[in-house]
Amino acid sequence: MYEHDVIVVGGGGAGLRAAIAADEQGADVAIVTKLHPVRSHTGAAEGGINAALQEGDSWQDHAYDTMKGSDYLGDAPAVDTFAQDAPEEVIQLEHWGMPFSREEDGTVSQRPFGGLSFPRTTYAGAETGHHMLHTLYEQVVKRGIEVYDEWYVSQVAVTDEDDPNERDCHGVVAWDVQSGEIAGFRANDGVILATGGLGQAFDHTTNAVANTGDGVAIAYRAGVPMEDMEMIQFHPTTLPSTGVLISEGVRGEGGILYNSEGERFMFEYGYATNDGELASRDVVARAELTEVQEGRGVDDEYVYLDMRHLGEERITDRLENILHLARDFEGVDGLEEPMPVKPGQHYAMGGIEVNEHGETCIDGLYAAGECACVSLHGGNRLGGNALPELLVFGARAGSHAAGADMPEPKIQTGPDPDAEREDIGVPVGEPGATEAAADGGAVENPDSDPKAVVETTAEEERERIETLLEREDGVNHADVRADLQESMTENVNVFREEGGLKQALRDIQDARERYQDVYVADKSRTFNTDLQHTIETRNLLDVAEAITMGALARDEFRGAHWRKEHQERKDDEYLKHTLVSWNDGQPELWYRPVILEGAEQTYEPKVRSY
Amino acid sequence: MSTQTPDTDSETEQPSSTSPQERRMAEKQARKEQRDADEAAAADEIQGETVELKVFRYDPEIEGKEEPRFDSFTVPFEKGMTVLDALIYARDEYDSSLTFRHSCRQAVCGSDAFFVNGSQRLGCQTQIADLEGPVRVEPLPHQEVVKDLVVEMDHFYDQMESVDPFFDPDETPDDELEEQRQDRENREKVKLSTRCIWCGACMSSCNIAAGDNKYLGPAAINKAYRFYMDEREGENKRQERLEIIEAEHGVWRCQTQFSCTNVCPKDIPLTEHIQELKREAVKQNLKFW
Ligand SMILES: Cc1cc2nc3c(=O)[nH]c(=O)nc-3n(C[C@H](O)[C@H](O)[C@H](O)COP(=O)(O)OP(=O)(O)OC[C@H]3O[C@@H](n4cnc5c(N)ncnc54)[C@H](O)[C@@H]3O)c2cc1C
Ligand code: SF4
Ligand code: FES
Repeated sequence: MYEHDVIVVGGGGAGLRAAIAADEQGADVAIVTKLHPVRSHTGAAEGGINAALQEGDSWQDHAYDTMKGSDYLGDAPAVDTFAQDAPEEVIQLEHWGMPFSREEDGTVSQRPFGGLSFPRTTYAGAETGHHMLHTLYEQVVKRGIEVYDEWYVSQVAVTDEDDPNERDCHGVVAWDVQSGEIAGFRANDGVILATGGLGQAFDHTTNAVANTGDGVAIAYRAGVPMEDMEMIQFHPTTLPSTGVLISEGVRGEGGILYNSEGERFMFEYGYATNDGELASRDVVARAELTEVQEGRGVDDEYVYLDMRHLGEERITDRLENILHLARDFEGVDGLEEPMPVKPGQHYAMGGIEVNEHGETCIDGLYAAGECACVSLHGGNRLGGNALPELLVFGARAGSHAAGADMPEPKIQTGPDPDAEREDIGVPVGEPGATEAAADGGAVENPDSDPKAVVETTAEEERERIETLLEREDGVNHADVRADLQESMTENVNVFREEGGLKQALRDIQDARERYQDVYVADKSRTFNTDLQHTIETRNLLDVAEAITMGALARDEFRGAHWRKEHQERKDDEYLKHTLVSWNDGQPELWYRPVILEGAEQTYEPKVRSY
Repeated sequence: MSTQTPDTDSETEQPSSTSPQERRMAEKQARKEQRDADEAAAADEIQGETVELKVFRYDPEIEGKEEPRFDSFTVPFEKGMTVLDALIYARDEYDSSLTFRHSCRQAVCGSDAFFVNGSQRLGCQTQIADLEGPVRVEPLPHQEVVKDLVVEMDHFYDQMESVDPFFDPDETPDDELEEQRQDRENREKVKLSTRCIWCGACMSSCNIAAGDNKYLGPAAINKAYRFYMDEREGENKRQERLEIIEAEHGVWRCQTQFSCTNVCPKDIPLTEHIQELKREAVKQNLKFW
């Protein structure tokens, strides 16, 4: 068994920042991560990091824009904390040497971004995430923080009280991908999950292959509710074959969208008469899909984004990396041909329910970053708000876990006996599903001694993996995953209808049943990615189910969540968060009211128009 | 439509006005274009219905797999398909034990550097249509193979960490909200060096690194360059950095063969950076004598 004060799971932006904060509180901290930290998906972020730095701007304005952007599904205490802490966090990065783009006077540049009332986005070229990730990792190296890289975390070690609010987390169980060794990691003070996005629930996503929602599913099965999972952001311009993101900058510079008939559809079909191609992400994504559905798509799949008319000079000056992306990942020369694009899954606004200190309802278990839902982004994340979120809430989770004194949280977490429960009337989850070896449901721990809890969980994990590897034949996880991704993309995409959502739930149920017979063909203990992907697929099933249940239950149109039969925001009914609890494998859906009362003002829902 | 405007043509006719770095990058570009043209000529056979992949296989643990061998996979070709796409197809459809690292699919995570048709490249960044078939995929040379296409990266990470890869100024502003100023020019100077994604392709292509396990190697020296050239670092730290890079297994081992510069997927002028640091070392030593 390994032992540390604080264990951080994940080495992306959120995990690295949390580890640094815990280290600064004097804790012995270790990062356990399935990828080496510099391989984390934070490195793919292009656009920038928002923070109110300049005269004329204020944290209050940043908070207001964020709340409005969220379509009033953000919690004010989180939004205020975020906007207040962001400037110091960004300048801290600057002090750590991050190569920000600069103004003539040597200060950090800021540029305008969608939905912001002030140009408050700091950036480093079009590679902001890469530089942020590397700068944070450099500080981890400098501090000598221990990193277990290529270790896959598959369980948290939690006591088994009946009420999740009374459970304690004492560590995690992980296996060394290179050697196959399975070990318990005891955390004396706390475990922080920072495992990133879940885009692999869809077959077309800007997310990395490693973004399989592991942390969300692991915490969920241990008793922590998932919050606002239906709120998925889709980006309108991704390359069809890979999902690689083509930055909004192309449309910003004057790029034009055409359908297969050569029509500039944003104008000609009147999707957005004023802004055209520059309408908000959700509007453009819906317009593109409507074109394809009505038979005006190219190859029945995508539309064209054309930037040729901008001229070679302007393109190479401002959009050079787009030329590389189109060429390397789609085989298209953006100077000679229009680029094919279609909407792709981009970001999960929901995730593990936490408060503004990163705490979950299980004592000692924290979460931060894209896997967590402190409820900052609500129904719609503003571009440039995810990276500062990693910094602000990563740091707070790290400090709190390491014992820093912090005020009483204002955001409540954990199953609430008085909450309004919802039965959505569709079969989800089969009783007994949790007993299958492949499942990885929470482990029973009769003993409450912390070390025993970690050891029992590790022992159960060894047995589960042994059983999985012993099966001689069965279903290949890749088939289950492919079917799941296809159904999610077909039914729980930008457009959502009751029939499709129910179909997706049936498909997920079906995938769940097939998964009971899953087997791992590779019997090796050395670098067994077959095993790893099999377990990741299990996590995707839980995550996809919660997304779909939440989407079916929320019969209104808010932020990124569009319902064909319900074309209005219903503030009387839906100023509330969707929560899904594990409930012994039978997901339970319930609601908690949104907190609109902030530090200095109460945010009044208004119609969202720009 | 022509991709070359008269302007760019006339620029290339005046090499004397460009810096050595620009000249080398232009040469690199020309070599790359030549290579692409050669390969495109041979690529027609691939453009058909399928791609033939020959993939290196090895598993130290499993009987029958501990002897290295090549497996062939026939994969349906699609426009825009990369080497990584083809590998994923082979794994998901034919043999789920086929093992390789990958994650971002967009040339930023640095995990899928392989030896493709005899050259270090990122699988995700390499279009099948640009390659001559059959496409041979092997692990990075000069690194220990863990399994199939997965190589041991610890040595590479150790070298990266041995140059103190972190910013270390003498002091930062007292005010938590005040930034340090950096000249735009200085940022431009270090910009290319900050693009490194730690893929290890350069190290694998370097003959010197292959023969001298202690040689820092191009990526680590480039990392040192990134901080050494940053005007905001203190004089003492600069001196320390110079000592690290000019020690026995540092910059002087480099024999300017350009193989690292040629394979770097991020177009970092590695050899040029190493040469610049050599010049710095000479300058500093002259000062002391
Ligand atoms: C293409 C793209 C562009 C973007 N651009 C911007 C932008 O310009 N501005 C902005 O604000 N936001 C942007 N975003 C969003 C933002 O980048 C992400 O939300 C954010 O980087 C996620 O960081 P993270 O630390 O939570 O997760 P990640 O960086 O994904 O890190 C997750 C970590 O968890 C580890 N992990 C996962 N599962 C396990 C497990 N089971 N065991 C052990 N370790 C595990 C992984 O190894 C990894 O280290 C963009 C996102 C994408 C996809
Ligand atoms: S310098 Fe280039 S080739 Fe070398 S590790 Fe960095 S990105 Fe890869
Ligand atoms: S998969 Fe990330 S660099 Fe190729």
